[in-house]
Amino acid sequence: MPSHGRPTEPDAIKRRTFLDMVLGVGFVSTALSFVYPLWRYLIPPAAAEPATNSVVAGKATAFKANSGTIVKFGSKPAIVVRTPDGEFRAFSAVCTHLDCTVQFKAETSQIWCACHNGLYDLGGSNISGPPPRPLERFTVNLRGEPGQEDVVVTRA
Amino acid sequence: MTQQLYAWLDQRLDLSALQHFIAEKSVPVHKHRVWYYMGGITLFLVGVQVFTGILLLLYYRPSADEAFESVKFIVSQVEFGWLIRNIHSWSANLLIFMAFVHLFSTLFLRSYRKPRELTWVTGVLLLFVMMGFGFSGYLLPWNELAFFATKVGTGIAGAVPVVGDFTMRFLRGGDDVTGATLTRFYGLHVAILPAITTGILGVHLLLIQRQGMSVPPSVEKQEKSGATIPQMPFFPHYVLHDLMWWYVALGVLAALALFLPWEIGKKADAFAVVPPGIRPEWYFLAMFQVLKLLPAHIMGVEGEMLGVLGFGLAAMVLLFLPFLDRGAAEGRSSRLVTIGGVIALAYMLVFTIYGYLAA
Repeated sequence: MPSHGRPTEPDAIKRRTFLDMVLGVGFVSTALSFVYPLWRYLIPPAAAEPATNSVVAGKATAFKANSGTIVKFGSKPAIVVRTPDGEFRAFSAVCTHLDCTVQFKAETSQIWCACHNGLYDLGGSNISGPPPRPLERFTVNLRGEPGQEDVVVTRA
Repeated sequence: MTQQLYAWLDQRLDLSALQHFIAEKSVPVHKHRVWYYMGGITLFLVGVQVFTGILLLLYYRPSADEAFESVKFIVSQVEFGWLIRNIHSWSANLLIFMAFVHLFSTLFLRSYRKPRELTWVTGVLLLFVMMGFGFSGYLLPWNELAFFATKVGTGIAGAVPVVGDFTMRFLRGGDDVTGATLTRFYGLHVAILPAITTGILGVHLLLIQRQGMSVPPSVEKQEKSGATIPQMPFFPHYVLHDLMWWYVALGVLAALALFLPWEIGKKADAFAVVPPGIRPEWYFLAMFQVLKLLPAHIMGVEGEMLGVLGFGLAAMVLLFLPFLDRGAAEGRSSRLVTIGGVIALAYMLVFTIYGYLAA
């Protein structure tokens, strides 16, 4: 492009370089002001996890011996197990292997993950298959009038 | 490396023909040329809408139970979510505004005359589609104002003779505005209308590229009387001018989005009383205001129906204007078109302001 004014003066070239630089800085800042918010927007915000520490799973009479029931614990499932001798236990129902939801296996009285055949005993310990860690154990309390107790599951 | 890649592509796609076309292309330079940029700005804003729209899709949930909450989530929880949403809302409004500026400038400069009739027709169709975008998008945050505005808007469609009832039920996805309407509008807004836009916009842009820029009749006359109109190379000169305008548009958009956040309102509730001051988006306001003013019956015909028919007729005249104003091609600028254009512009201005003041 022909430069205007007096191209013989070295000053004219400097001015052009300067303006190009200003323009360049402007474009780069615009690009950055695009990329940064975009990047932040794409990262999902930390789910406003309701700090659930305790839920009422139901009436104690509703849980049969040698059974397991999935209940809601905040946004995640928990399993309330009643052992063959009637004792209550509760664990996070999220398998420690790949986050599947575990279930109670009445025949063997074990906690079983159907996804990859992981097994936990009634203490929540991983005993067979791929799970790397025991299930998170919750505390179970019975609250209320005898015969009418609620099963309360609490994060330890 | 770049040269090799270019040669590879050139052998397969004949890029040199395209390069030749771009290198040869020029744009006439005259005192009216500022209006050439309006279409480009509109196009830029369409791009902004597509981009921000896709981003909003990442978090938006199209159901009556979750739509409002998800928009709230976007503007309050997602980082810069407020920015994306504000830009999408503001850009939508600027887009319609710029489309109108583009329309009136091509109207007054008679750019629709032969051989560019189809460019005009596709342009007007695009404007209608953009208004469809506005109408459907307005409901998506599922707030009170949009809910009732959609009731009224689809109700107006119901006033069309013969097909009205069907149209209304079709738009609403039932007898009333419900979650089913929201799902429908969502589908319309993010799939059907974008598909239609892609097609029509493609033709519109192709026609502009093939036919080049129209020259206003006054400039054309000078040319016929022997004067040469100066030309500007399309690339890079005109493209850079375009980019500069887009940059300005971006600045305006960013300023609006930052300083005038778009309200989210109250969640829609079908059993709530209609809030006072219910009104559609500004670009429907002039029409809305006229329908409000029409008496219930005019010469035994329902006033609303008459109004809707009138607007339908106006839309047809607008769409087929190049075929109605045949004299323009011979350089006779019809006074009727100028007067009609001025009246239309004045009507829109006055009734939009009136609509705001009356609400």
